[in-house]
Amino acid sequence: MVSRVQRGAIAEWFWTIDRVFLVAFLLLIGTGFMLSFSASPPEAARLGLPSFFFVKRHAVFLVPTIATLVGASFLSPRQVRRSALVILAIAIALMVAALFFGVEVKGSRRWVSVLGLSIQPSEFMKPAFIVICAWLFSEHGRHREVPGNLFAIILLAIVAALLVAEPDLGQTLLTSMVWGGMFFLAGISWIWIFGLLGLSAGGLALAYSSFTHVQERVDRFMTGQGDTYQVDTAREAIVRGHWFGTGPGEGVVKRILPDSHTDFVFSVGAEEFGIIFCAVLVLLFAFIVFRGFNHAKRERDDFTRLAVCGLSLQFGLQSMINICVNLRLMPAKGMTLPFISYGGSSMVAVAVTAGFLLALTRRRPESRSRERGFIRSMVPLPAE
Amino acid sequence: MSFLPRVVALNRKSFVRTRTRKWGADGRLAVQGVNKRSGARAGNRVALLMIGFVVLYGAVGARMAQYGMERNDDTASVAPPNRLLASRPDILDRNGRVLATDIRTVSLYAEPRKIVDVDDAVEKLSSVLPSLDRKTLYHKLKANSAFQWIKRQLTPKQQSRILALGVPGIGFRPETRRFYPAGATTSHIVGFVNIDNNGIAGMEKYIDRQGLSALAGAGLTVDQKMQPVRLSIDLRVQHIVRDELLAGMKKFNAIGAGAVVLKVDTGEVIALASVPDFNPNNPVHAQDKNRLNRMTAGTYEMGSVFKTFTTAMALDTGVANLKSSYDASHPLRIGGFLIHDFHNMHRALTVPEVFIHSSNIGSAREALDVGIPRQKAFLKRLGLLTRMNTELPEVATPFTPKVWKPVNSATVAFGHGLNTTPLQTAVAAAALMNGGKFMEPTFLPRTEKQAMAVSKQVVKPQTAKDMRYLFRLNVMHGSGGNADVQGYRVGGKTGTADKVVNGRYSKSKNFNSFLAAFPVDDPKYVVLVSIDEPHRAEGEWGFTAGFNAAPMVGAIIRRSASALGVDPKFAVNDAATLVSQSTLSD
Repeated sequence: MVSRVQRGAIAEWFWTIDRVFLVAFLLLIGTGFMLSFSASPPEAARLGLPSFFFVKRHAVFLVPTIATLVGASFLSPRQVRRSALVILAIAIALMVAALFFGVEVKGSRRWVSVLGLSIQPSEFMKPAFIVICAWLFSEHGRHREVPGNLFAIILLAIVAALLVAEPDLGQTLLTSMVWGGMFFLAGISWIWIFGLLGLSAGGLALAYSSFTHVQERVDRFMTGQGDTYQVDTAREAIVRGHWFGTGPGEGVVKRILPDSHTDFVFSVGAEEFGIIFCAVLVLLFAFIVFRGFNHAKRERDDFTRLAVCGLSLQFGLQSMINICVNLRLMPAKGMTLPFISYGGSSMVAVAVTAGFLLALTRRRPESRSRERGFIRSMVPLPAE
Repeated sequence: MSFLPRVVALNRKSFVRTRTRKWGADGRLAVQGVNKRSGARAGNRVALLMIGFVVLYGAVGARMAQYGMERNDDTASVAPPNRLLASRPDILDRNGRVLATDIRTVSLYAEPRKIVDVDDAVEKLSSVLPSLDRKTLYHKLKANSAFQWIKRQLTPKQQSRILALGVPGIGFRPETRRFYPAGATTSHIVGFVNIDNNGIAGMEKYIDRQGLSALAGAGLTVDQKMQPVRLSIDLRVQHIVRDELLAGMKKFNAIGAGAVVLKVDTGEVIALASVPDFNPNNPVHAQDKNRLNRMTAGTYEMGSVFKTFTTAMALDTGVANLKSSYDASHPLRIGGFLIHDFHNMHRALTVPEVFIHSSNIGSAREALDVGIPRQKAFLKRLGLLTRMNTELPEVATPFTPKVWKPVNSATVAFGHGLNTTPLQTAVAAAALMNGGKFMEPTFLPRTEKQAMAVSKQVVKPQTAKDMRYLFRLNVMHGSGGNADVQGYRVGGKTGTADKVVNGRYSKSKNFNSFLAAFPVDDPKYVVLVSIDEPHRAEGEWGFTAGFNAAPMVGAIIRRSASALGVDPKFAVNDAATLVSQSTLSD
């Protein structure tokens, strides 16, 4: 056990970090690895690879993921901001590069090869973008003369344009929603809120009318007509698993479920481990999101609060979109389930999100609103 | 007091940037800093977001609960199974022998989207079902569809072998398959069903028309056993008839043959066969032109058999009696045609002589004596001019002369210029044998009482009696000798009709018939055998009906009389009696 008396970096970290939060993240990572045994062998079989090809890769990805998670949690808010700026700059540069040099996969250019590693820069962009936007909003709130909001809008426009150009509408939607949530929290007036809501509705309508695949997916979801094979199969998997699941390795529908190891891990989990297991998984996600929000609620520092909220929002919305698609509550979207879905970029990038969250929620006495209680008790009360 | 510096720092910060400072409602001092104010508002908004997430998680939870409540139904994408399992009633013969029944089979289907490895599946499936076309199978499995039949109605052995292959994405659906234990023997009567178990021929089609298909269409099918349908057919007699037809067809090198055994008192068809026929369990040849049911679906000029009706007509209308005679010494010229006799006797013939010598001239003169209107009315009464009304769907309409001139009247008298179905001809003859009561034939059991209720008296009982005498006379002294069976008193009339080939009567192609009744002193059954384009058999010197159709009738009666419940009567010194007596004394 790390002694409280010590004042080293590790001890400082250990005693200030939200350990429950950390355990929740590690639990998710572990669950993801466990589900990888269920969900990835069918995909490996489809591609003619050894059964445990993806399981092994998943295990390899765990190393940088946990390293990133823990490493990032050591950062101070200022360091978070700075590293976010660096990551954002690199990510945007790589996204631009991906448009020109990237490998086209399933009709979109999202991947770029760096030093032999295939990276999806947009995944890394998300946490960095959130942190930088939080900073811009909070600066604006602190000094009215700083055009933080304007910069945030410009930044969103750049990022959204890059994402649409890939095209990756799921990420665009997610990023915009998180940005909107943060803007909402930054204290804009309700007039602005409704204006932005109208704008985003217009954006969605535009996406619907200009991208045929979006149109198809939305139509399919609304009418149930057309090729609903993937979501139908996902439903079949969940229904087959029923409350308690068929047992590990006993899944059958997973064999024919495309993207079983990435976007549809949730359904595979339901088939083999049951709906109750999935409910627990959803509760774990909910716990993380609410714990993040709770931290934010008590947070005094505008930047930290916004960043924590934004990162929690990203975590919550991303998991929610994935789960809703699995449960056929939303039109199909390519969105990974944080820490659960297979994918190196996604896992490490989510580790960045989680690491930032841990870093920003570390106990810093000067920024806790609950410590304002001291003020009250310190001030002599006239009645007494 | 390590917290003091922190508090001081905090206080300094908030006091420096304080904009408002007031006493709270509870009398406490409230400090409202910029940070605090924005913090409180943000706190509210975070709470709003949290509420939003609660709603979202609630929706997800509800959806998962909904999925959890759903029953795991693997076959929701396929048509309702009861249609495939729909029962049809069993078909039985008059003695309860099964002619058609349902058996449970399985059919193999694939859900192509669930097939992981198409090549592997094709390879494995064709190892068990080599008859499958690999290319078609490959395309079926590669198709982007949810359901494809691969092979219908497998044997249990095939099913277990396919199960052992362990190919994913395929499955079996139980189905009902119609099975005909009697096979080809009752093919033309029972008919058959298509792959979806709809009756498309014979009594199967009749059953569908009686409302079964309407029920099925309304989705009201059942998979329980249904009340069986009993036919008037006697499988034993049916077998004998078909057996004799096949033998006769082979012996006389004919293109086809048909026969009917009709119960004269009830109009029930006891046996009806037409060869060549087909296997209803695999009715691939059922549509061949030569395999039609000659007895009901084919119409033919019946030839001299028709003289039966001409004679009956002359007797019944009273223009002649058994002692009347007609000049048959010269061919009869009428309307530019010359009517000859096959065996010209060159003299006047009495009515019985006209009958047993089968005189065309005499018959034509009888018809001319009766006159066209009465002839038409008489034939119509016997049901020979209209489509007969029975359960079997395959019934042809007679082909009658458009304009009925004296020449038509004369040729119809000896069975040319009017095409009827053989069954129809037998039914008309039954009316002459049973005392003059005409009744439509039926393939369902009918009691004498029920038959009486639907029958019509068409000739006088005396005419019927005379006709029985003439039938027997023709077998004893005329062309029907080969049909006689000792003890069973067979009577009948031969008919050798020239077939029309390319619009002209052919000299070499005939349609031969023998119309018989037995036992002729109180006829119980009418037996009609027709043989299409027979040839002279080895050792015979003729090709007319007396040499082929008549002995076939004889064979049928000899073999089936005991099954039909007709007792033989032997004169004291009959050969058969002597044989049986000598057998007994041994």
